[in-house]
Amino acid sequence: MAQKTMIEAITEALDQEMERDQDILIFGEDVGKNGGVFRATAGLQEKYGEVRVSDTPLAESGIGGLAIGLAFQGFRPVPEIQFIGFLFEVLDSIVGQAARTRYRMSSTRTMPITIRMPFGGGVHTPEMHSDNLEGLITQSPGIKVVVPSNPYDAKGLLIASIRDNDPVVFIEHMKLYRSFRDEVPEESYTIPLGKAAITREGTDVSVITYGAMVREAIKAAAELEKEGISVEIVDLRTISPLDIETIIDSVEKTGRVVVVQEAQRQAGVGAMVMSEISERAILSLQAPIGRVAAPDTVFPFGLAESAWLPNATDIADKVRDTYNF
Amino acid sequence: MVNKKQPVDFEALLSTIDAAFPMVQILDKDGKVVNKDIMPDLSDDQLVELMEKMVWSRILHERSMALARQGRLGFYAPTAGQEASQLASHYAFVKEDVLLPGYRDIPQLIQHGLPVSKAFLWSRGHSVGNEYPADLNAVPPQIIIGAQIIQAMGVGVGLKIRGKQNVAFTYTGDGGSSQGDFYEGLNYAGAYKAPVVFFVQNNGYAISTPRHKQTAATTLAQKAVAAGIPGVQVDGMDALAVYAVTKQAREWALAGNGPVLIETITSRFGPHSTSGDDPTRYRDKDSFDYWEQRDPLIRFRNFLTEKGLWSEEKENELIEKTKEDIKASVKEADQAPKQKVSDFLKNMYETPTQVIAEQIATFEAKESK
Repeated sequence: MAQKTMIEAITEALDQEMERDQDILIFGEDVGKNGGVFRATAGLQEKYGEVRVSDTPLAESGIGGLAIGLAFQGFRPVPEIQFIGFLFEVLDSIVGQAARTRYRMSSTRTMPITIRMPFGGGVHTPEMHSDNLEGLITQSPGIKVVVPSNPYDAKGLLIASIRDNDPVVFIEHMKLYRSFRDEVPEESYTIPLGKAAITREGTDVSVITYGAMVREAIKAAAELEKEGISVEIVDLRTISPLDIETIIDSVEKTGRVVVVQEAQRQAGVGAMVMSEISERAILSLQAPIGRVAAPDTVFPFGLAESAWLPNATDIADKVRDTYNF
Repeated sequence: MVNKKQPVDFEALLSTIDAAFPMVQILDKDGKVVNKDIMPDLSDDQLVELMEKMVWSRILHERSMALARQGRLGFYAPTAGQEASQLASHYAFVKEDVLLPGYRDIPQLIQHGLPVSKAFLWSRGHSVGNEYPADLNAVPPQIIIGAQIIQAMGVGVGLKIRGKQNVAFTYTGDGGSSQGDFYEGLNYAGAYKAPVVFFVQNNGYAISTPRHKQTAATTLAQKAVAAGIPGVQVDGMDALAVYAVTKQAREWALAGNGPVLIETITSRFGPHSTSGDDPTRYRDKDSFDYWEQRDPLIRFRNFLTEKGLWSEEKENELIEKTKEDIKASVKEADQAPKQKVSDFLKNMYETPTQVIAEQIATFEAKESK
């Protein structure tokens, strides 16, 4: 099995799906000849032609309209928004239009669109590129939000997203693109949407997180193990819908929880996880639910990222607090 | 100091642009043919059929206003005055062309195949109104002004990739031409050479805001220039001109040349919608008088009567039949089942999520009581 980075796993997933299904179309800013600013679509235009892989004009709302119109014509569009910071320009198409089409038309029309976009801190982008805006989308029913934390999952989740008959926003953490490699099978495979993974089994504290924070949680868990604290890590993988069953099973097993998100604290995915636990498993808890999140400021300027982003130390500290409560 | 020559003559530039967008007209306000050379090739039967559609639309409008007053319709955007702009443009398309309407474009949607009862249910706020059979090549009326423009572009790109001999067509108003999505839609469609016909029905007002406050541009048709596509202004009260220009635009798009923008100069005789808009707050009586003299029905009726194709008797018969049909459609709409939240929940995803499944169970228990 080959060792691949997350970006290579994504490209391979796109390539294999394009090969399998002629109705899949890729488009976005610079995705054609240039293969995308992160090279996620490298080589695809050359292989599949300018009709199936096209460079759009520089206008994100148009990308959304193109995707919706193509979906109405029976295509399975996989557009790219160059950076999540440009989400606001296309939010009506995603949340206002695509997410509500199945409801609006009583399932007589559907929107099998997968919108990919890079996000996340730690790579010092210019401002307004990296914000953790996933919470904006998870607030809306009718759309799924998928966040892989490693190359293996990225491939399987992206293929599942493309084959899903509902719209999916597939957000790719920029720091994970090339920071490590994973065993990624050559053949095509899917990982079901809406299913969390137990990244690490443990008995004392459940750390529930997603995206790049999974890596930080793994580091924290290794450190805590030396202190005799056994950490279980739940990688949500899909943040809408949440895999409540896996979350609750883990909480009932450990009795202690720390919820970790890279995004600002207010009204985030973490808050949703905490409220589900409170509603469904409060009597299993031996300590208040801990939360690690970024402070409630605007996503920081590039040089301030390391002071702002939650990290393994923050997670370990919060786990100790919860364990020793 | 010697007066240096300016690098560009801006005034000349502007007047050159404006001069390129004259209004196309075939019938004057009294129904006299003023431009025989571009008379569309329509048989007598077709001319009569087009008039019948316009009269039908006027009656649908009048009945809708009455139903709204009685509280038997929900949101309704009046159409009287825009019959040539709406019905004569639609007449140039075929059933396999894809319609993306705005909320005032219910007459075209019905002509394209949506049952009248469903149009009423949509207005009332009932989900059945948006349940479209697979062979209805249309989407529900767009509420977000401009969203239909970018989606029509996407449909057009799709039709082109599929190699179909069909176009997408979409409507907005003069206010809609100010939206960012309007520009993005036109620009993308031009870049992709997508077969789309974009209509701006310029009825003079975006709710209350007059056309001149939307833009410094002399015409809305000239907004096509920046996208590198043809734009044309047509007399929207003249059914023959609207039809002729639309037919030409459709053929142009089908020939692989890309989209066309058509601005119809029209007027709505009533309020923006039946939701409390009072047009006398922003329009004076002269404006109504001016446009009512240009009523598209008067013009086309005169033209057809002169040709011996139309009579008062024929029109009255049609009006009575239309009223009966509408009455039956209202009855049908009244039969729609009570809406259930559990059904809405089932239409959020192909497979309900865990939480939605729980909510379905909760609501089904409530609904069965």
